Amino acid sequence: MSTATPAAGSAATTRRPSFRNRVSSLPKGVKIALWVLFAIFLFLLPMLNIPFVTTEGSDFGGVLFTVSTYVLVALGLNIVVGYAGLLDLGYVGFYAIGAYTVGVLSSQHANLSWIVVVPIAIAAAMVSGVILGAPTLRVRGDYLAIVTLGFGEIVRLCLVNSQWLNGAQGISDIPKPPSAPLFEVPSLDWSGGAPVVDLGTTSTFLKFGITDFVPYYWLGLVVIGLVLVFDILVKNSRVGRAWEATREDEDAAELMGVPTFRFKLLAFALGAAIGGLSGALFATKAGFISPDNFVLLLSILFLAAVVVGGAGNRWGVIVGAIVVGYFPERFRDFADFRVLVFGLALMLLAIFRPQGLLPPRRTVRAKRADEREAVLEEGEPNV
Amino acid sequence: MSEPVQAQEPLHAEEATEINADVDIAPADVGVPVVPEGERLLEVDAVTLRFGGVVALNEVSFHINKGEILGLIGPNGAGKTTCFNVMTGVYQPTSGSVRYLGEPLGKRKKFEITKLGIARTFQNIRLFANMTALENVLVGVDAHHTTGVGSAMFRLPKHRREEAEGYERAMELLTFMGLERKADELARNLPYGDQRRLEIARALATSPQLLCLDEPAAGFNPAEKAKLMELIRTIRDQGYTVLLIEHDMKLVMGVTDRIVVLEFGRKIAEGSPAEIRDNPAVVAAYLGVDEDAS
Repeated sequence: MSTATPAAGSAATTRRPSFRNRVSSLPKGVKIALWVLFAIFLFLLPMLNIPFVTTEGSDFGGVLFTVSTYVLVALGLNIVVGYAGLLDLGYVGFYAIGAYTVGVLSSQHANLSWIVVVPIAIAAAMVSGVILGAPTLRVRGDYLAIVTLGFGEIVRLCLVNSQWLNGAQGISDIPKPPSAPLFEVPSLDWSGGAPVVDLGTTSTFLKFGITDFVPYYWLGLVVIGLVLVFDILVKNSRVGRAWEATREDEDAAELMGVPTFRFKLLAFALGAAIGGLSGALFATKAGFISPDNFVLLLSILFLAAVVVGGAGNRWGVIVGAIVVGYFPERFRDFADFRVLVFGLALMLLAIFRPQGLLPPRRTVRAKRADEREAVLEEGEPNV
Repeated sequence: MSEPVQAQEPLHAEEATEINADVDIAPADVGVPVVPEGERLLEVDAVTLRFGGVVALNEVSFHINKGEILGLIGPNGAGKTTCFNVMTGVYQPTSGSVRYLGEPLGKRKKFEITKLGIARTFQNIRLFANMTALENVLVGVDAHHTTGVGSAMFRLPKHRREEAEGYERAMELLTFMGLERKADELARNLPYGDQRRLEIARALATSPQLLCLDEPAAGFNPAEKAKLMELIRTIRDQGYTVLLIEHDMKLVMGVTDRIVVLEFGRKIAEGSPAEIRDNPAVVAAYLGVDEDAS
């Protein structure tokens, strides 16, 4: 968050309360140190085995990796839904295209290495975003939602019915990323009530195996970091403003010189690329993909992550993705009831936090302003 | 994510917003040929617009000279806003053409017309409600910028230069409008009058040669209207040409150089304010014809 623009630089003199200040008003050094500590904590999270947080039923590293793909997807979808205001109900289509590109090029029809395949997967998803967007972004609102909903299903049906893609059986034996085992990271053992360093249970940095999923989680974290930086830089520029203007009032934006179609298409392409990247990571970790991995429900969960977190606020959608990705795994003990509990939690959120867990600055500030307005309207008692 | 305490302005400031007329807000050079003072800037040539069987505009012709304030008046439903919409590319005329800088606008897209130098405001305010006042104006300045994802992502010099320039021009415009202290208020939280002024600032940000104001005084009291007229004159003096739609005759008479009167989609009169005031057709359109007398 230290990407000061010229605008922000000259802000101090004109009493412009930059929203960056809201993160914290601490000195820069302290802020950086806190961020670094937080990053280290995130990297070590699967080793810490914190009681209650760690999932009992399923491998915690694997769960964290799943959460990281959700976070990535939510960041991508946030560009489309949150920034540009385009309701996309078929986002799983791009996720599937990313995953299948990896599958096809590294297992099914070729043996390209992971390093080569992932950029191709991103590009393929991006191109599919443009192909879907170019004709459909001329429709608005509900109509766009229906068209994208159809797209997600069409992609899945194509996967099921294509012999070239091995139909419903899916693609297996997707190779792992190249490993470079350097050192082992021990984990903590809490079984005695107090944490003890357990040198017996370790994760290798950096070995992408089939039993230990922690390295995949680390990979996911790095990718999330890169996407976040990209998101911050692009949002805080002419491009981000054009997206927001389009979301607020498309006709007025057009009349103020914003080529709205071009920017909507750009949002669609970038969102699709990030979705494809997430799908590529998923395919890498799973090693096996089939059309069943890309059902409509997933699109809805992705959208739920964005809406629950607060569409338009990147930190909010990350929290939303964690809620949507993590809680069903954490409460696996409840068996089928976990879906019920999850649904209940979403309903409660919708009732008590309709703007999302962390609403974007615009709603926070609007609320604050509304409160001030209410006070003013009641009038000063002494006047 | 702590919120620093900010010194907060009351939402509805007691004192009316005063403009700073001496701030230089002259249109920036955006590569559009500048028409000499007094020459024809825009010509509406026999424009007819039909919606099915309804004739919204019928052979309307008039022109706007560089540097003047032209009033476009007429009773409700006369086709004033429709005329704006044809000029800004929202509608394509059924027949006839709009010539700007000597060339027909043709099928140019709305944003292309804005880049050529025609900017407008809206009868019912259409700001970007959930963006700040500053961001609203920045969107207007951005019309002539070309920063894309690449420049933004790597913070290339182009991005830095355009951001700095844009911020400077936007703050100048806000200062001119007396809104500089509200730069970070969300547009939707500004008082009504400030929203109107912000919309004009956003239109000016695109450095237009022709500024089209669609009933900017709607909802203003007489004192505010007088101030607005002063503002429009100041804007003209800074090098803009203004086309003004307005209902309030007194106000239009006071500020415009020439007036075009529309009724039922037809032009019924054109001339100086004094000529328009004494024109029997205009009087009839506004007051109705006394049947007993005729």
